[in-house]
Order: sequence, then structure tokens, then C-alpha cells
Amino acid sequence: MVTQIHPLIKPANDLTREPLLRVEDLKAYFFMDEGIVRAVDGVSFDVMPGKVVGIVGESGCGKSVTMKAILQILEAGAKIVNGKVTLRSRIHHGDPNSAEELIELTHLHPNSRQMRRIRGAEIALIPQEPMAAFSPVHTVGNQIMETILLHQDVSKKEARQIAIDVFRAVGISMPEQRIDSYSWQLSGGLRQRAIIAMALSCNPRLLIADEPTTAIDVTTQAQILKLLRKLQEERQTSIIFITHDLGVIAQMADEVVVMYLGMVMEKGSAMKIFKDAQHPYTQALLRSIPSVQSHPRVKLPTIAGSIAHPFNRPKGCPFHPRCTHFMRGVCDASQPHLVEVDEDHFVSCFLYSEADGTKKMTKTGAALAKEESL
Amino acid sequence: MMDSIEPKTLQPEGAAPLEKADPAIYPPDEAVAAPTEIFEEPLVTTQEEERISIASNWTLVWWRFRKNVLAVISTVILLFLAIVVFIPDFFATMDPEETNARLAFIPVQRIHWLDEGQLKPWVPSVVGKRDPVTLAMKWTTDEAQKTYIRFFGTSWSYSVLGIFDSNIHLVSAAKADQADDDLAAQIFLLGTDRLGRDQWSRLAFATQISMTIGMISVIVSVVLGLLLGGISGYFGGWIDNIIQRLIELLQSLPTIPIWLALTAALPRTWSPEKVFFAITIILALRGWTTLGREVRGRFLSLREEDFVLAAELGGASQARIIVKHMIPTFTSHIIATSTLAIPVMIVTETSLSFLGLGMRPPAISWGVMLQEAQNIQTLALAPWLLTPGLIVIVAVLAFNLVGDGLRDAADPYSH
Amino acid sequence: MSDGMQPLEPKAGAATKSPLLEVRHLKKYFPIYKGVLRKLVNQVRAVDDVSLFVREGETLGLVGESGCGKTTVSRCILRAIDPTSGEILFREADGRVTDLAALDRREMRRFRPQMQMIFQDPFGSLNPRMTIFEIVSEPLYVNGMRSKTEREDHVAELLRLVGLRTEYMARYPHAFSGGQRQRIGIARALALNPRLVVADEPVSALDVSVQAQVLNLMLDLQQKLNLTYLFVAHDLSVVKHISDRVCVMYVGKLVEMATTEELFQAPRHPYTAALMMAVPRPDPSSRDIIQDLPGEVASPANPPSGCYFHPRCQFATEVCRTQTPELREITPDHFVSCHRAEELHLAGIKVNQETQI
Ligand SMILES: Nc1ncnc2c1ncn2[C@@H]1O[C@H](COP(=O)(O)OP(=O)(O)O)[C@@H](O)[C@H]1O
Ligand SMILES: Nc1ncnc2c1ncn2[C@@H]1O[C@H](COP(=O)(O)OP(=O)(O)O)[C@@H](O)[C@H]1O
Ligand code: SF4
Ligand code: SF4
Ligand SMILES: [Mg+2]
Ligand SMILES: [Mg+2]
Repeated sequence: MVTQIHPLIKPANDLTREPLLRVEDLKAYFFMDEGIVRAVDGVSFDVMPGKVVGIVGESGCGKSVTMKAILQILEAGAKIVNGKVTLRSRIHHGDPNSAEELIELTHLHPNSRQMRRIRGAEIALIPQEPMAAFSPVHTVGNQIMETILLHQDVSKKEARQIAIDVFRAVGISMPEQRIDSYSWQLSGGLRQRAIIAMALSCNPRLLIADEPTTAIDVTTQAQILKLLRKLQEERQTSIIFITHDLGVIAQMADEVVVMYLGMVMEKGSAMKIFKDAQHPYTQALLRSIPSVQSHPRVKLPTIAGSIAHPFNRPKGCPFHPRCTHFMRGVCDASQPHLVEVDEDHFVSCFLYSEADGTKKMTKTGAALAKEESL
Repeated sequence: MMDSIEPKTLQPEGAAPLEKADPAIYPPDEAVAAPTEIFEEPLVTTQEEERISIASNWTLVWWRFRKNVLAVISTVILLFLAIVVFIPDFFATMDPEETNARLAFIPVQRIHWLDEGQLKPWVPSVVGKRDPVTLAMKWTTDEAQKTYIRFFGTSWSYSVLGIFDSNIHLVSAAKADQADDDLAAQIFLLGTDRLGRDQWSRLAFATQISMTIGMISVIVSVVLGLLLGGISGYFGGWIDNIIQRLIELLQSLPTIPIWLALTAALPRTWSPEKVFFAITIILALRGWTTLGREVRGRFLSLREEDFVLAAELGGASQARIIVKHMIPTFTSHIIATSTLAIPVMIVTETSLSFLGLGMRPPAISWGVMLQEAQNIQTLALAPWLLTPGLIVIVAVLAFNLVGDGLRDAADPYSH
Repeated sequence: MSDGMQPLEPKAGAATKSPLLEVRHLKKYFPIYKGVLRKLVNQVRAVDDVSLFVREGETLGLVGESGCGKTTVSRCILRAIDPTSGEILFREADGRVTDLAALDRREMRRFRPQMQMIFQDPFGSLNPRMTIFEIVSEPLYVNGMRSKTEREDHVAELLRLVGLRTEYMARYPHAFSGGQRQRIGIARALALNPRLVVADEPVSALDVSVQAQVLNLMLDLQQKLNLTYLFVAHDLSVVKHISDRVCVMYVGKLVEMATTEELFQAPRHPYTAALMMAVPRPDPSSRDIIQDLPGEVASPANPPSGCYFHPRCQFATEVCRTQTPELREITPDHFVSCHRAEELHLAGIKVNQETQI
């Protein structure tokens, strides 16, 4: 747990084309009596400044564990076994004009002072459980002020003013009064806004939202999504948006990372993923979800089988027992790696040549799928 | 791919409704009998998976339980104690009530397994010396004189669970049947007490009484708790209200004074059997309340479970729902809770008897035996009189470990 | 109770099949007690005057945000809970009509086999202490099929019907995935050959990649067995996918009921329209279409006056604040409870040919 950092101090705008956060081959496993759960097994992606990266995958595919590994808040029993997470951190947290340094988060001790300062000031979290975000015995305002005082050099009075300002920014009416209420006094929608306010209170440059709308209704969800998009545009905050809902990801993300059983299946721009998906899993998933825009009472194409239990993950490509393009002796023999099939569009599938990303076989993969469906 | 793109056609006009009179579940219709496509993956389960998938809840509980080494060891200890409970005579070396003032305070005779390199167990004989001042006998053991012992020898006859008679005893002196008064023909594995009664034999019988009191009072508690808690939780309404208030009342009473008062009120003239039953009832009277609460809570939450509603919608009667669906889901939990309640009962009985308020001589229980060790002088003189305390600790610990193990195995996700 | 049924019968021409089930003015209020003396302080109007009907062989979708009373409606219909008031008229195969709301527990048992339920939670709905055989065969057993071999044959047939292997009979639920468990629940619901199946969010708890399997299965079974479904869900796309007709609930009230095409293409109630516009579509080019509805869902313990939707409705007028609109049929088979239904022209959702493929 030695922290070996060689800060590469550079002026702020030298790095605008560089990713804000880079995750490389991250692996986080749970070591349990019954065996090893490879919850995250080789995840790589970049978060560019001011962009929204959507991580989408069915429940249990490792989205939350990825996020916890980045923030180094894994539960006991879980360990990062491989990978590198590099953050372009401001030297003066919260100051937009501060110079920057590159920090390898995986080298920091989870409880080190630096890691604690990064959580909240550089990377803020909107957790999945809205009730768990606030303590029921302190007012929402006090908890937000506490975060502000922890990360910023301001007086109590100023902190309160900042808290009121973010409350207003997230669209809470009467912020001066609402700030003194307890979380259980707020309705679901307001509580979600208060959580966003808390996350934004220290001007982080990266926001990680873990299923922020899964527990709320569709009309409230629309409000929250709209709010997040507005704040993101105004403040140019980067967001890692985690969800299992393809509709939500299509509405929110610039870049999409599709995960299955702890691995990245496909990643690329939202347009590419939704309009020109290349991976058999993404294609099948998109075809199998019912849409409000489809004809009623039409049978949907399905994906056979069910997600493997984390203890007996299939060998080779994790999707192979359910894949219609499965190639015996290839897909079940070794793990495919991400290959670039198009500009900034990566797929991890043996249908694509590892050398140059072209389709290996003429009559398989996306081409065949398209033909079939026409 | 999308061959079924046209909207699904509904049944033709005036389609005959399904034959209600037909008891067969599906009419022999081709369309119905033809299996739908099987979406599931092929049946390629390993033997291990197959074994797990057909394992009942009890099997799973057992698999989890046996991983807990302490709990398994404790189970073995408890099984051993249970054997003592059923046939204390088998373990006893002599009559536990036989007094012989001459043989008071004989110390522990340690068993030696080897005799001159051979397996031939013996104990050093006791030798007495009269204290010239007090004229009391002082006993020591003499390693030079060996009293050989034997296992599974015969002696007095006793009844095994009332089914058959036996005269086999676990351990006795090799020459036990020869000379009666010869000290070399008697063994006192745990020494003797003030009245010269053999501690080892008394302990066997005390185990029987104390464990039985613990078990029976827990069984009575469980019956009361299940019954009253079940009624309370299942029916609700005013009866629930009454039972809840009763539980609150019983739980708010200070236990120790109540126990003291009740046991002190037992007539001195009662036979040991009567006292025994009275004590189990007194212990159970409060013991059921915790369990009653728990059972009620389980019933309340189970009533909301979907599988209970499914059974009701399927036409199952209330009795069936309770017996088939509700009770099995919490039996493992009840067993764990009851196991944890037994040591409480045992300790309570022991304490009461120790204070002279529970079982009374000539009955023998762990508490009664410990009464003998009440003053410092005896303790200094005859520390072996404390062995019943050791047994109490072992038994209580074993029950607790088994109970905890059962609870964890039955409910692995509760923490 | 078997008087003739005079339903909210749609005007001539709209539909020809008669309703299997009709609910009239159903109310379910849950009391709120406070204090030691359990004084009644308020009531949750979980279901507040709901009327609907389900025709034989069709699927009626029931959609609304969580807490709007969908589960309460479906449980009242099955008499798993007792309604506060209202009628639940059920037509048996021989044409007799009975008001289920007026029956007691014992009388209700005769109707149980005819109406069954599919549950939301694939874990809580199967007894973990029973094998699949015991679970699926229990309704057969309690309804008089005592021969074990006969039951085994039926269970095998039911399992095949829902796409499960008959070898699975001896297994316990813990050996199955969510989708498989849901199939087992469906097999149990079908064991007694019901005419009405109430499905309360049957796919909400499933992984997205498994939902389509279960929806397709339900469509298949309906065709094969002439089932009638009341399909409850909060997800509009799922409801659209499976329903012939859809009704929309808001704070315990039914606001609109129409055929699926009509409801989605030409909604007449402002809430229906807003709900549809709030659904995020899996299409990044549709970002600006999505609109949010201001405000929050009202509490069923303290609903607003007049039309419950008026605090959030952009079309609200004075009359909306004071008078509760009644559900009425404005065009054949299209029922709306809005004062201004006739004059409003609301945007619906166009069927996207492209996403179809
Ligand atoms: N505390 C834990 N202990 C053991 N396994 C865990 C734990 N948390 C998550 N997992 C496992 O890690 C995998 C990924 O979980 P998670 O990241 O929470 O999924 P999701 O994509 O739904 O957020 C799952 O298979 C889960 O079984
Ligand atoms: N047993 C109950 N006691 C009190 N309130 C209840 C009960 N069941 C449901 N409710 C309330 O009734 C309303 C409707 O609930 P429900 O029918 O479960 O809604 P939905 O299924 O549409 O999510 C909610 O406000 C809920 O809090
Ligand atoms: S690697 Fe093989 S099994 Fe995996 S998605 Fe590609 S074709 Fe399918
Ligand atoms: S009745 Fe009035 S408030 Fe209610 S939906 Fe119609 S227009 Fe809006
Ligand atoms: Mg998660
Ligand atoms: Mg519900």
C-alpha cells in the first residue's frame, strides 16, 4: 500500500484532449468461502472531460463493483487484483483553474488522506440507494455543509450559502427552508435532487451516478434525467452513468460501455451502439427489449437461457452459452479481447479479427443478423 | 426472423369456453399438448449441481452446519450428555445416595492407562490416616497401591428406558464384586463429598435431572409459544391484543424475585418428582413469551408472503397453509431458538437449586451438588466438589454453540 | 347475486365479445391508525372508485406509477384482500354472473380455480421448502386429484407447456434462475385451467434479456389455452407489448381505458400523454422528444380536490379543481375521466417501423 506518485504537474489546458479518468484492465474479485466471484474481470474505458459515459448491463454484471473499485470503497472480501485507474486531478480540489496532476488511484491506500479528498472533491457519487445516502438523524443541509467544510476552505456561513445555492441549482423550491429538513421528510423526487445537490456541492469534475433513477417512477425519472443533463451541460461535469435500462442510457450517454458478466462486450458512441451494434450480445439485447414505439402483441426475438451464476462463469467468451453465433472450439476456448472495429468503436468477440477489426467471416455477425431481420 | 409480425389473432367469434365439467386439466388438444420451444440451456448439469438442486432445505442446513467445527464438536458433547441422561446407571460406579460418613472427602483418583508398559488401566488406591487432633480421616492416594479398573463389567441391574434390564456398567473396580468394604475394591473417580457419596455417580444422575428440566421446560415453552404466538399472529384482532398484553405483563415481571417466590412457595412435603414438575412449569411460564413473540412475528410476515397467497388462491385450506407452508418455513429457526433457550433454563435451575430453592435433596441436580461447595472451607479442602460447575459450563457452552450454528445454517443471509 | 350484467357496455360495434370480468366502482381504503388507542386518523385511498372490464380471451393491461393502486386492484379482484365497496362481477363458463365482492371466504373457494395469479417476485412466490413438483401440483391436490402418478403426469405436461424440462420436477426453487422461477409460477397458475389470469408485474423483477422470453410465453399460452389476462405493470413498453386494451391509473383512479393502438397513438387524458412522453426510449436520436411532467404524484392519503391530476395538469381549468371527472366513453371503446377529453388533442407515440425490425 505504498503510495508512489510522481505528479506530472502540467498547466490546465494542456490536457483537454486527454481523458479525465482512464480505467485499464480493471479486475476486482470477491474472495469467499464458496469460491472466487470475478465480479469485474478486465474492464477498460476512458472518461473524456465534459462527457457522459454510460455503463449498461444487466444486474449482477459488475457495474457497481467497477464504480466501487474506482473509488476504492469495495466491501471487505473484495480486492482489486489487477488494473490501473488514472485520474487527472486538480491540485487545488474544487478550483476550476487549478493545475493538474496525474494520480493513479489504484496506488493510493483506500483510507489515505489523498483518496478521501479525491472522493467528494474530484469524484462524487450519487448512490443507488437514496435512503442510504443521508443519515436520518441530521438535517440534509447539515450533511451537505459537512461535506463542503471537509473539502473547501470556507466558513460555516459560506458553506450554508453554497448548500442553498446547489439546492436551488437542482431545482428544489424554497431551498432556504428545505435545507433544514430531514431526508425522510422529503418525497422521493426531492430526496433524489438533494442527493445530486450533495454530490455537486464541491464542484467535482466527475460524477458517478449508480442507477440514480432505478428506484423512482418514470415521470420523476424524466425530471431527474433532464436535470442531470442540464447540470452537466452548464458545468461541463463528466458523468459515469450506470444503469441497466437501455432507454435511460440512450437518453443520457455520449459514450456507452456494454458489460456482461464482469467484462466489456462493446463500447463506442451512443449512436454507434444503438444504431450499429456489432456485438452479438448488444444486438440481441436491443432486439429483445419491448419498446413503446413497437406494434403491440408481436412476439419479440429472445435471448436463450439465463445469465450464468457468478460462481460458474462460462469459460472463454462469457456470452457463449447464449450466443447464436457461437463457434465451437473458439468462443469456449479463450477470452476474446476488445478490438477496434470502427473509429472509437470496440467489440470483444471472435467474429472480429484481432489484427485489424474486420469481420473474420463473411456470413456471420452483424451482417448476418441484419440480413436475417430484414 | 420476425415471422410472427402480424398482431396475434384472437380466438374466433363465439369460441366455446373451456369445458368446466371436464376434470382433466387440459383437453386432448394438439395445440395444447405440443410442447413450447424449450428456451432453457441443455441439461448439462454436473453431479455436484444436480446434488445441490435436489437438496431439501434440511439437507442444505446440514451442509452448512457441518462446516462449523465448534458446533459439530458441541453436538458430539451434547449427544454424550444425552446418553448420560437416558442411562445414568450405566455410568455410575455406585449408588449415588449411599452415604458413608467414614469415606467423606476422598480426593480424585486419577486414571492411569498403562501398567508396566501394558494397557491395563488402574487408579491409585486411597489410603486413610486419622488426624490425631481432629480425629477426622484424611485421605490421600497412594501410587504404589494400584486398584485395577475394568470397562463394561457387570454389577447391579438397572432398567434401560424401561424397555429392558442391563447390569453392564461403563467402569468399575476390577474386584468390585469381591470384598465390599475393601477400599482397594472401590473407585472414586471424582472423589466423595461431605457425606462420603461418590461424586462421579452423583454427577451422572444430576446430569439426568438438570438436563431433563432444561429440555422439558423448553419443550413446554415451545408448545405454549407456538400455540399462543401462532393464534396471536394468525388470527390477529382482539385475541392477539390479549396475548400481546399477557406477554408484556409476563416479561415486565422481575424474574428472579418471581422465581424465588414461586419456588419458595412449593411445599416442603412434596416429593422430588412433584417439585421437579413444578419447577419445569415455573421456568416455562415465562420462557414461552420470547418464542411466542417470535412465532407471532413470523406468522405476521408469512401471511404477506406471495407463496402463501398463491396457496390460498390455489384453494388450500387455512389448516393446510399453516401446516404445509408457514410452520416449515420457521421450524429450523424455532429449533435454533429453543436450543439457545435450554442453557438459560439449565442455569436458572442450577442457580435456584444452589440457593436451596429449586430441587432439594435427596434429589440430585447440578445445583444441588454445587450447594455442597458453598463455603470456602470445603472448597479449599475438597476442590473436586466444583466439578458439577465445570459440567454446567460445558453443557451451556455446547448448547449455545450448537444453537448459534443452527441459526447460522438455517438463515445464512441474516447477517 | 346473479342478476343480469349491464356493464359499462361499449357502444354497439366496438366489440363483440362479452366481458369475463367487470369491476364497478371498486374502492379499497386502508385505515391509518395513530397512537396507543389506535385512533383512526386517516385513510389511504389506494383504490378510489375504479371501474373496468376484461373481455374473454383478451389482455387488459393496467399501467400506472408505483403506489397508484394496481396491486390493490388486482388483489381485490382475486379477493386476496377485501374491497371496501364496489362490485366484482365474474361470468362463469355457463354464463352465470356472480358478484365476487359479496362472497365470503368459503363461498369464494368455488371460484378460486377459475382465476389465478402470476406474481412479481420470482423468489418470494415459490415456497423454498417445496420441490417444483410439490409447488405445481399443490392446487391439483387440494382440488381433489389424489393420485400421485396422475399429478406427476399433469405437472410434467405443465412444465413442458411453460418450456421447462420435466427432469426439473424433483428440484427445489433455489436451483433456478429468475426467469425459470417465473415459468414455474406460470405453470402453477395454469394447473387448475383458469379462465382469468391476473399477472402483477410478472417481468419487472427479471433481467432485461429474460423478460422477452416470459412475455412471449404468456402470448403463446394465451393463444393455446384461450386465457384472459389482466396484466399489471408500471412499464408502458411492456404493457404495450402484451395488451389488447390498456387502462391507466393515477392515484387510485382509472383515468383512461382504450385499445392499445388508440391509447398510444391518440391518448385523450393529459396524464396518459405525459406518462408516455416521459418514457426513455432506447434511441439516442429521440432525446429531445422526452418530456418531463412537473410536480410530484399526489399522496393517496391526501388527494387533491376535483380531478386528482389537476395540480400537475397543464390543461386544468376551474372546473377541474372542484369537480371529480367521471369515467365516460367518449368514442366507442375509449373511456376517459377528464372534463376536457373531447376538446384536447394530445400527442401520442408513433409506431416506429424501424425499431420494429
Ligand atoms: N458484497 C458482495 N459479496 C459477494 N459478491 C458480491 C458482493 N457484491 C457484489 N457481488 C457480486 O459481484 C457481481 C457484480 O455485482 P454488482 O457490481 O453489484 O452488479 P451490478 O451490475 O448489478 O451493479 C455480482 O455477481 C455479485 O454476485
Ligand atoms: N396493506 C396496506 N396498508 C396500508 N396502505 C397500503 C397497503 N397496501 C397498499 N397500500 C397503499 O396503497 C397504495 C397503492 O398501493 P399498491 O396497490 O401496492 O400500488 P401499486 O401496485 O400500483 O404500486 C399505496 O399508496 C400504498 O402505500
Ligand atoms: S465471442 Fe463467440 S460466443 Fe462470444 S459473442 Fe462473439 S460469437 Fe458469440
Ligand atoms: S380533468 Fe382537468 S385537470 Fe384533470 S386531466 Fe382533465 S383537464 Fe387536466
Ligand atoms: Mg448495482
Ligand atoms: Mg404493485
